[in-house]
Amino acid sequence: MSALVEVQGLSVVVRNADGGETAIVKDVSFSIPKGRVLALIGESGSGKTTIALSLLGYARRGCRIAGGSIRIGETQVLDLDDEGLYALRGAKVSYIAQSAAAAFNPMKTIMDQVVEGAVIHGTATRAAAEAKAVELFAALALPDPKGIGARYPHQVSGGQLQRLMAAMALITDPELVVLDEPTTALDVTTQIEVLRAFKKVVRERGATAVYVSHDLAVVAQMADQILVLSDGEMREIGATDDILVRPRHAYTQSLLAAAAPQPRGEGAAKDAAALLEIRGLVAGYGRVGADGMPATRVLDDIDLTIARGRTLGVIGESGSGKTTLARVVAGLVPAARGSVLFEGQPLPTNLTERTREQFRRIQIVFQNADTVLNPAHSIARILARPLAFYHGVRGEEAAKRIARLLDLVKLPATLATRKPAELSGGQKQRVNLARALAAEPDLILCDEVTSALDTVVGAAVLDLLAELRRELGVSLMFISHDISTVRAVCDDVAVLYSGCKVDSGRRKDIAAPPFHPYADLLISSVPELRSGWLDGLPARLAVEAPAPGAGKPPPGLCTFLDRCPVRIAGLCDQVAPPRRILEGGKEILCHHTGAELEAVQVTKASGPGSRRRDETERI
Amino acid sequence: MAEARALASPRRFAVPARWRGTIAWLVANRLASGALTLVIVSMVIFVITGWLPGDAAQEALGQSATPETIAALRAQYGLDKPPHIRYLHWLQGLLTGNLGQSFTANLPVTELIAGRLPKSLLLAAVTAAVSVPIALTIGILSAMWRGRALDRALNLATLSMVAVPEFLVATIAVLVFAVKLQWLPALSNAVDVSTPAQFVRTYAMPVLTLCFVVIAQMARMTRAAVIDQLSASYVEMAVLKGARPARVALRHALPNAIGPIANAVALSLSYLLGGVVIVETIFNYPGLASLMVDAVTNRDMPMVQACAMIFCFAYLLLVLIADLVAILSNPRLRHR
Repeated sequence: MSALVEVQGLSVVVRNADGGETAIVKDVSFSIPKGRVLALIGESGSGKTTIALSLLGYARRGCRIAGGSIRIGETQVLDLDDEGLYALRGAKVSYIAQSAAAAFNPMKTIMDQVVEGAVIHGTATRAAAEAKAVELFAALALPDPKGIGARYPHQVSGGQLQRLMAAMALITDPELVVLDEPTTALDVTTQIEVLRAFKKVVRERGATAVYVSHDLAVVAQMADQILVLSDGEMREIGATDDILVRPRHAYTQSLLAAAAPQPRGEGAAKDAAALLEIRGLVAGYGRVGADGMPATRVLDDIDLTIARGRTLGVIGESGSGKTTLARVVAGLVPAARGSVLFEGQPLPTNLTERTREQFRRIQIVFQNADTVLNPAHSIARILARPLAFYHGVRGEEAAKRIARLLDLVKLPATLATRKPAELSGGQKQRVNLARALAAEPDLILCDEVTSALDTVVGAAVLDLLAELRRELGVSLMFISHDISTVRAVCDDVAVLYSGCKVDSGRRKDIAAPPFHPYADLLISSVPELRSGWLDGLPARLAVEAPAPGAGKPPPGLCTFLDRCPVRIAGLCDQVAPPRRILEGGKEILCHHTGAELEAVQVTKASGPGSRRRDETERI
Repeated sequence: MAEARALASPRRFAVPARWRGTIAWLVANRLASGALTLVIVSMVIFVITGWLPGDAAQEALGQSATPETIAALRAQYGLDKPPHIRYLHWLQGLLTGNLGQSFTANLPVTELIAGRLPKSLLLAAVTAAVSVPIALTIGILSAMWRGRALDRALNLATLSMVAVPEFLVATIAVLVFAVKLQWLPALSNAVDVSTPAQFVRTYAMPVLTLCFVVIAQMARMTRAAVIDQLSASYVEMAVLKGARPARVALRHALPNAIGPIANAVALSLSYLLGGVVIVETIFNYPGLASLMVDAVTNRDMPMVQACAMIFCFAYLLLVLIADLVAILSNPRLRHR
């Protein structure tokens, strides 16, 4: 039987400023049998999205499909004229974009957009298409399938939008579905529901799909075959299990190694003196009310300690308040209540009341080096500024120190004269780090420093952080949404949910239960690098997250109440949860005892491979 | 005592939290800030006209001025009172529709303006009705075909339109249509416009000249706003759903560009009331702008102040409407 999709010698070029052309996809060939899922995997710039888009006969502005052939069913895609392409896109081949939040038109209702494909192509009447959309909404486990279509995109959550986009893609029963990093923008706990929904509809409808991702563990759940790409070239293609277990190409091996980060060495002894102590911190944004509380409370009653020379990991999903925490410590957001002690001395929460010395000793490294480094300044000038400001170092001495700083972050000294735009993402993040180090701080607040980087590059930055801590004895607050990075670099871990610290302990404590139910959900939602992991998970890890604007639980009560699978009616929705200290010093904010939690937890002590439980057991 | 405390308490002005952020709240906010702006503008106008050199009494008396007659006339005009009293007096008149007496024409300002304002509004309305659709079409078309021949041709055309001064356009129009071809009258004093044919003959040239100025601005802003939206992810998504270019531009990009476009249109149209002196002069059209220019030359302050207030009011009204259009077209603000 011949394959449904046949791509031969595909190449795509991009026009340069000087009029020349550079190939970004070079001689790529693959085929997909009907009903199978092929994954395109690679890092940013590997050409995976470009290939995915060319399956719809589409190239972004400035790009051109330069050669090769693409056959889908009976259609030679690259031979089509404009009319042929209009008829192909959305009807025979449909596309699910990375960020549903951006890919939905904010001005139109969801239903308008979901059925648009069917209306344009005339595959169904509007009424029939709407009925089918409602069916798809139900199949994708969306809440209120009948009513959700009447809403606007800003009225539903990110995970729901991503599933709505799947409905949009499937409305015309296309022969091929192209999924372009469809879960990358989601929180890990949301991703799992979306992946499950995708997998279910793909399986039920026998759809043929191309799944584009940078995340091997996600791909392992979805794909039958994997094509590994780098720099626009095919590195390896094979069955999913072969690639995961027996990678042949060195590049695939490095991807696999980076996907499972190894723990870096531990910092100073655990009884080291406290460097930073946060006590009963409350902070937020908006107008401050009569009671001294901000209109939107982002952090609630946070207690944390960072010991000298140790690394505290702060984990939580978007909106959990982890960045605000760093901003409070840095003095960018005032605390409404509570105190921040630095070496036992209270730190003014207001930026203007801090001394220059206090500024110097606490440095912050922001997530996105692209926007943090002034594009008009050279690297030397960027690094010279903190040297002059904090240490009064100028001229010859400054040049020497800049060279030393660049050496410290493993960048060649020749980079000093360049502008940020001439650097790669990883290099920019190192400069960002070097700028913080220039102040010779005692504490560095790292806010998602590896999130914008590719896995391999991110792993190298993590190595660098571990090394700096060892050599300089600096303490780190490492903020991340990614539990595997936190596990790899942190000595102590705190889990934030909706502004509350729900779980905290030492690194080993997040390897074994009992956990707070949210921490359990978070840990068990991280995809594992083996196929079949998703299918082995219990059917329902957590209750669906409420739509944005649905409101938090009443103040004082557990913030995880709405999503908690083990909540106790009459207790959790009435009484504030107690802070429990479990054996080994682990702290959780929950009504359940450690033993109770351990008994119902998805994550098991013995590590990967034994995380399967039946739903029935849990109820 | 209790009353005093109630007055001092900020709670007196507190608004229920559920009102905040609603569309009515946003609109009320805009209206309130518009009214406040108008009050500030009235002060600025009053102060500035006070600074203008020359004196209406001196101007009116001309050669026959003696210190005594000037003082008497100043007292008659109320110019001898302190400025803040004059301002409050003027503000009170403004609110009750009494704009004072014109110094030079010795007629109520209201009467003089009543003769001119409808003509100005009519000219502005006709120009808007012609120019807005043309400008939007040009803007959308060149955005859809950006970088191609059509876009470049339209760009060239609109740029040359703004680059040519309007007196030149007006003069050439008169030369061609009135003098050479003799299709249209050279003057548009709008005395008799009872039949549609007369209406067209009267308004064709002034409207044409004004369109030259405003179309280019609106078209270029529309183009920029639509292009901005055409690079959005949801536009790429629409293309990948198989939507044709017209559908992509009109159904997807345009609704998102309405806010900036409405603002561009408001800014261009606000020019049509106060900024059309040259056109009014060349075609001898009896509008407000020339009335104000005459008033400035004659130091006829009540008239200058009244005209300035009208222009500011029109400008604020247009911007307010543009803001409301932007708010109401945005579902994120409509549905909270």
